[in-house]
Amino acid sequence: MSHADTLAVRVVAAEQVTPQVKRFTLAPVEGGLLPAFSGGSHIIVVIRGANRVHRNPYSLMSSPASLEHYEIGVRRMEASRGGSHFMHDEVRVGSVLDIAHPVNLFALDKIARKHLLIAGGIGITPFLAHLADLRSGNVPYELHYAVPAPDQAPFCEELTEREAGRMRMYHRSLGDRIDFETLLSQQPLGTHLYVCGGPAIVKNAVDAARGCGWPDSHVHWEQFSAPPPGDAFDAYLAKSNLNVHVVPDQTLLESIEAAGVEVPYLCRGGVCGFCRTEVVAVEGELVHNDHYLSAEERASGKVIMPCVSRARCKKLVLNL
Amino acid sequence: MSVAFNLNETFRDDFTYRNSPQAIRRFPLPFPEDRYMYSVNIEEHLAGPPGSVIEFPIDIDEHYVAECRERALVLAEEPLRFQALPHMMSAQWDCLELIMESLARDYPQHFSLVRQGSRDGDRWTWTNRPLGIHQQFTFGDPATLPQQPLDYITRQAQGDWVVMDQREGDLWAEAGMVTTQADWSLDFDLGMSFKEWHGPVPLAHEMGVFDRALKFLLDLRLNKPVRRLNWTMTINPRLDTSPENYYKWGPDRTTVTPQNAGDKVHLRVELQGLWRLPRSNGIVFSVRCYLISLHELVTIPKWARRVHRVLRDLHPALVDYKGLTRYRDAAVQYLAPFDDGAPTSPGTAPE
Repeated sequence: MSHADTLAVRVVAAEQVTPQVKRFTLAPVEGGLLPAFSGGSHIIVVIRGANRVHRNPYSLMSSPASLEHYEIGVRRMEASRGGSHFMHDEVRVGSVLDIAHPVNLFALDKIARKHLLIAGGIGITPFLAHLADLRSGNVPYELHYAVPAPDQAPFCEELTEREAGRMRMYHRSLGDRIDFETLLSQQPLGTHLYVCGGPAIVKNAVDAARGCGWPDSHVHWEQFSAPPPGDAFDAYLAKSNLNVHVVPDQTLLESIEAAGVEVPYLCRGGVCGFCRTEVVAVEGELVHNDHYLSAEERASGKVIMPCVSRARCKKLVLNL
Repeated sequence: MSVAFNLNETFRDDFTYRNSPQAIRRFPLPFPEDRYMYSVNIEEHLAGPPGSVIEFPIDIDEHYVAECRERALVLAEEPLRFQALPHMMSAQWDCLELIMESLARDYPQHFSLVRQGSRDGDRWTWTNRPLGIHQQFTFGDPATLPQQPLDYITRQAQGDWVVMDQREGDLWAEAGMVTTQADWSLDFDLGMSFKEWHGPVPLAHEMGVFDRALKFLLDLRLNKPVRRLNWTMTINPRLDTSPENYYKWGPDRTTVTPQNAGDKVHLRVELQGLWRLPRSNGIVFSVRCYLISLHELVTIPKWARRVHRVLRDLHPALVDYKGLTRYRDAAVQYLAPFDDGAPTSPGTAPE
């Protein structure tokens, strides 16, 4: 993704949905309609903080049929590197943001006989766009939505209204958890599973699907890891002959970009593989946080996904 | 940009198709050098020089009206040249929007599109002046058009259109309008995966071309279309060289002599465009066919030299795959006198 490929949007509404989650409604600064998109798409929002630029991925949660605005849901991350705090604290109605064109890495399968949607917390956002499509179609679907507690269930009220009879809520505080084995073993042939949420719900759902004999082609998941902070380290970009310093709450990709070197990317969450970068040398340890590289690739020490991964090292040389 | 149309030319029977001198100069020669082999020759579909076939995303040229008439003739005889599986309806609308928006924006003298209505402007009015069409419809409601959306709009567009669904890490050809094809069949390929419908292509599988091309296309982004050129040869300016009609055009290959090759043998170039579709997350593959007779081609001296050398030295497997076996030698003999052995300048420009 080239950084020039962005559109300017204005925040036309900002709503505190739960204590942790805000919904932002974005409209094109130039008026007219936003680019059409498919359910499951995300956008990259360019967040110009006080000291540096964040580029955070957020799922589009508004209906693909309505292009006068996009909606995104932003959760305030406890261990935030600043992006989500900036969105919550500094971005308000009237703020102008740059966004990249939508990209879909979590589409519904168009020939599924049934869609089984499983959301954990803020992982509900891509499903809100999917549900807008599914409601107007004739393929059966179910939504299973797990949240920590009734007051931490973003968009639950509007969902309950629209999806009555097709949705079940699970409140962890009330001891209510998804029984994946039972749920997945009772689905009709041709069902596709989609799960979006934190690491635990994704792992439990995917493991259960494999355990029940589901083919991988029918199991879809999206887990955008917020890049975890870590120790500061330095990297040398060999082709550019540049040194970059990565501070604890900055990603390697952000610091490379801040040095003026462009790396292609799509998801900035460690899943798409676009920013895969060759490691020429490392004295120390690579800290892989992505969901893309194979175990062998990780073990090789020859490649890193700089959008989420870091290093604990004296020296890191990248082929950039 | 205004185009003067060759209203009465034909692509069958008396074959009155001709290129004007302007059309010859803008012909998309697919040979940047004096020899040819497969490559993943995909590039961004960016605007090219004014007047070139890539000035606009979708090119309209002097053959537009005649090509649309030819398509209608094919469809009247063989309705299955248009097909779309039921789950491709949103992709059909995506294609209709892409084509209408491009033509209305780039050829306002010939086409116009007005969007009205409260719900994201879904009441559309489409005007196609060259074909005398004026249509009001509701975007998203197939009942408001005389045909399915892809059928409707590709009857008004040059070139073939194949729409692919993306799932399971693959692309599936599941809708299309195919009447100007180089010996392949939508009816046969419908529902196939990317490597399945490329199955007959020699050499390229072993070269890993399709692995790389598929990976590239799965990541194709909105607003970032790509293109490539492909080519073959056709006897007579016949657009519909389909397997279904092989009995009609196959025997033409036996009629070529060095004396008539200039008029009979046509270089057939496909400008292939690929767009990510926004609502369906599918991809549309357009195959726009440009035909030029060797007689027209040799009016550009550099092209005469180059095409002579490419044909003369072509890999035998490609000679067979492209169906040139019976008449390649006659074509090379026709071209040889136009090749004085002088070097050709790099690139495809006429000089």
